[in-house]
Amino acid sequence: MLYHDVLIVGGGLSGLRAAVGLCEKYDVGLVSKVHPIRSHSIAAQGGINAALANNPDARDDTPEKHTFDTVKGGDYLGDQDAVEIMCKEAPVIVYEMEHWGCPFSRFPDNTIAQRPFGGAGYPRTCFSADITGHVLLNTLYERSVYKDVKVYSEHVVLALVTDGNLCHGAIVLDQIKGEIIPVAAKATVFATGGYGRVYLYSTNALSNTGSGIGIPFRAGVPVKDMEFVQFHPTSLIGTNILMTEACRGEGGYLLNNKGERFMERYAAKAMELAPRDIVSRSIQTEIEEGRGFEHELGKYVQLDLRHLGAEKIMERLPGIRRICLDFIGIDPIYEPIPIMPSQHYSMGGIDTNEKSETVVKGFYAAGECACVSVHGANRLGGNSLLDTIVFGKLASISVDQYLQSDGFKPDEKLLMSKKAEVEHKIKQLNSGGSERPFKILDELRLTMSKLAGIFRTKDELQQALSKIIELKERYKKVNVSSSKIYMNYELIGAWELESMLDVGHIIVLGALLREESRGAHSRRDFPMRRDAEWLKHTVATIGKDGEPNISYKGVTITKYEPMERKY
Amino acid sequence: MTDKDYFTFKILRYDAAEPDIEPHFQTYKIRVIPGLTILMVLLRIRDEIDGTLAFRSSCRSAVCGSCAMVINGKIDLACRTQAASFRSNTIILEPLPNMQIIKDLVVDMTPFWDMYEKVKPYMIRKGDYPDKEIAQTEEDRKKIDQYVNCILCACCYGACPVLARNPDYMGPAAFAKLERFMLDSRDERPDNFLQNVDSEDGVWGCDTVLRCIEACPKDVRPTDSIVGLRKQLVKNKLFGKGKNED
Repeated sequence: MLYHDVLIVGGGLSGLRAAVGLCEKYDVGLVSKVHPIRSHSIAAQGGINAALANNPDARDDTPEKHTFDTVKGGDYLGDQDAVEIMCKEAPVIVYEMEHWGCPFSRFPDNTIAQRPFGGAGYPRTCFSADITGHVLLNTLYERSVYKDVKVYSEHVVLALVTDGNLCHGAIVLDQIKGEIIPVAAKATVFATGGYGRVYLYSTNALSNTGSGIGIPFRAGVPVKDMEFVQFHPTSLIGTNILMTEACRGEGGYLLNNKGERFMERYAAKAMELAPRDIVSRSIQTEIEEGRGFEHELGKYVQLDLRHLGAEKIMERLPGIRRICLDFIGIDPIYEPIPIMPSQHYSMGGIDTNEKSETVVKGFYAAGECACVSVHGANRLGGNSLLDTIVFGKLASISVDQYLQSDGFKPDEKLLMSKKAEVEHKIKQLNSGGSERPFKILDELRLTMSKLAGIFRTKDELQQALSKIIELKERYKKVNVSSSKIYMNYELIGAWELESMLDVGHIIVLGALLREESRGAHSRRDFPMRRDAEWLKHTVATIGKDGEPNISYKGVTITKYEPMERKY
Repeated sequence: MTDKDYFTFKILRYDAAEPDIEPHFQTYKIRVIPGLTILMVLLRIRDEIDGTLAFRSSCRSAVCGSCAMVINGKIDLACRTQAASFRSNTIILEPLPNMQIIKDLVVDMTPFWDMYEKVKPYMIRKGDYPDKEIAQTEEDRKKIDQYVNCILCACCYGACPVLARNPDYMGPAAFAKLERFMLDSRDERPDNFLQNVDSEDGVWGCDTVLRCIEACPKDVRPTDSIVGLRKQLVKNKLFGKGKNED
């Protein structure tokens, strides 16, 4: 058994920021299923929002304006007190990252450069070319090396240990050695990222399985607003690699097969810089109505950067150009990029408050795996990097307060019995069942992308639900090829598949029940937002039968009364 | 579909936990369509043919640095290498050199990270932080651009001929990281700090045969950093004081 004051699961921006905030005062252990520098935060491109007012066109920008843009962008489902906290913290943490070495791009007056992004009234997205996630993650990892944070790399969490009221730690697997290790901790923070790989078409890394959401759900922790799934408008066809919103922030156009900048029809003022839900629906509509292009890899529209010129592309979007050259053999200086919308971000997640607390004492969550909610029904570009660092920091402050007031000792017996349960379940995964994990996963992904995508209907969601229930049945017979526990990626995949099925189930159930269209949740059969009935959060809790039970809770409205979203 | 669409993949198999079984190549036949990357091939083999195959992967877009390996003799990331980009329809996959194999294509990167930590890879400042950002010109920021691009994939470390004969050599990535901070106008580490790398295990060990530059998937030139650090060391020896010393 391992003992730590604080166990942090996840080595991306949230987890590292939480660890850096706690490691001087407490014994912290950070568990990450990949080396922290491989975490998916690394892939964020466009930037991080903060009302620094550095841009000459934005001298009167304020955190209040950032708050309003975020609330409106989220179609009024965000809790406004939490949004306000995040936006106030934004300049603080951006300067902090800069002080710790983050190489932001600069304006001529030597301040941090800021570019326009979707749904924002001001150019407030701080960036480093188109590798902002990469530089932030490197900076925070460097800081964690400086602070000597204890990291367990390539350790994957298998289960969370709670007694219903209190969290006692987690069971983790050392992937290299094959040891199943109970980690006793007075406080546990999950910072495990999103669930993109539940979808067939996703910009996310292969590691983004969402097991960090499914595992707490299985342990009785509620999850929130899972039906709100962000589809990024611009992913490269075929591989679905992200083409940052900064492509449009820097002035890129979206064109249909008639050569029209079709966004004029959907958001005449904001055009390509409307929020992501609106742009994705617009692209999908263009394609469905026959104004897309055909390619063996799928239907698409064009993201045209040519008019920006070689110099600007090389300076501001060099990573995008590199990806286009490597993965589709296109140079965006000379040719438009073929793009389609695909799953990108989970607004929903573990139900937390503005202090990163959950209903289980001693259990915290931050970043994409959590739902505070600050993004509401649709996240604005540049707000996810912000969310990760702000709530990683706030989690560290909450944990500190919790540990000061409590002489709590984790229950070792409880941890050991959970370990035995996990060992038994692992054995069952290699007991001659007839189902291969990849087949179930492929069917889940196809179901989610086909039936729970950008536009949804009752019929399709019901089909998706029955399919997932069938897949969950089949999962009971899943079998992996080797009984070895060390270096067995297939086994880890099969373990995580259970969570992926749960996550898919909760998304589809929430979407089926929510009979309105709000932000990224768009029902063809209920095309309007219906505040009177649906201005509320969806909460899913595991029932005795292991199935999700849905309930609802109110949205915190402070200054901004819901109104129609126009861009 | 014809037989010629089927490529032969010969993959080095070895399990350090079962050292009695010698490293050997195992052959898999996979149908290759345009756009199929080596990583996609590996994922298909693990899913559909052989669940015991071990390799690292994550972002599949050449930014996370997980999947560096030797592909037909050339070091690169599996995710950005197209299977059809070789003249041959037989493709040999081997783990990165200069590190111990844990299993199949997965190597123990501990020595790589130890060297990384040795150069103190973080910003060092002397005084208090300002209220806002530390001022930096775009021109100064650009000086560190190429080193900032490093994704720590260890392609350079695997390609380095010095490491092949001297495992204590710090390797190209660590120097690139150090130079990234030396050249950063905001960093205030004293130049005598370079004593750390003033040896044959340090910057003087480099053969300057540029294998690291050739191997880098992100256009970083680690040799530039080694040359830069050597120049700084010589300057310090000739003139006694470095830029950040009082």
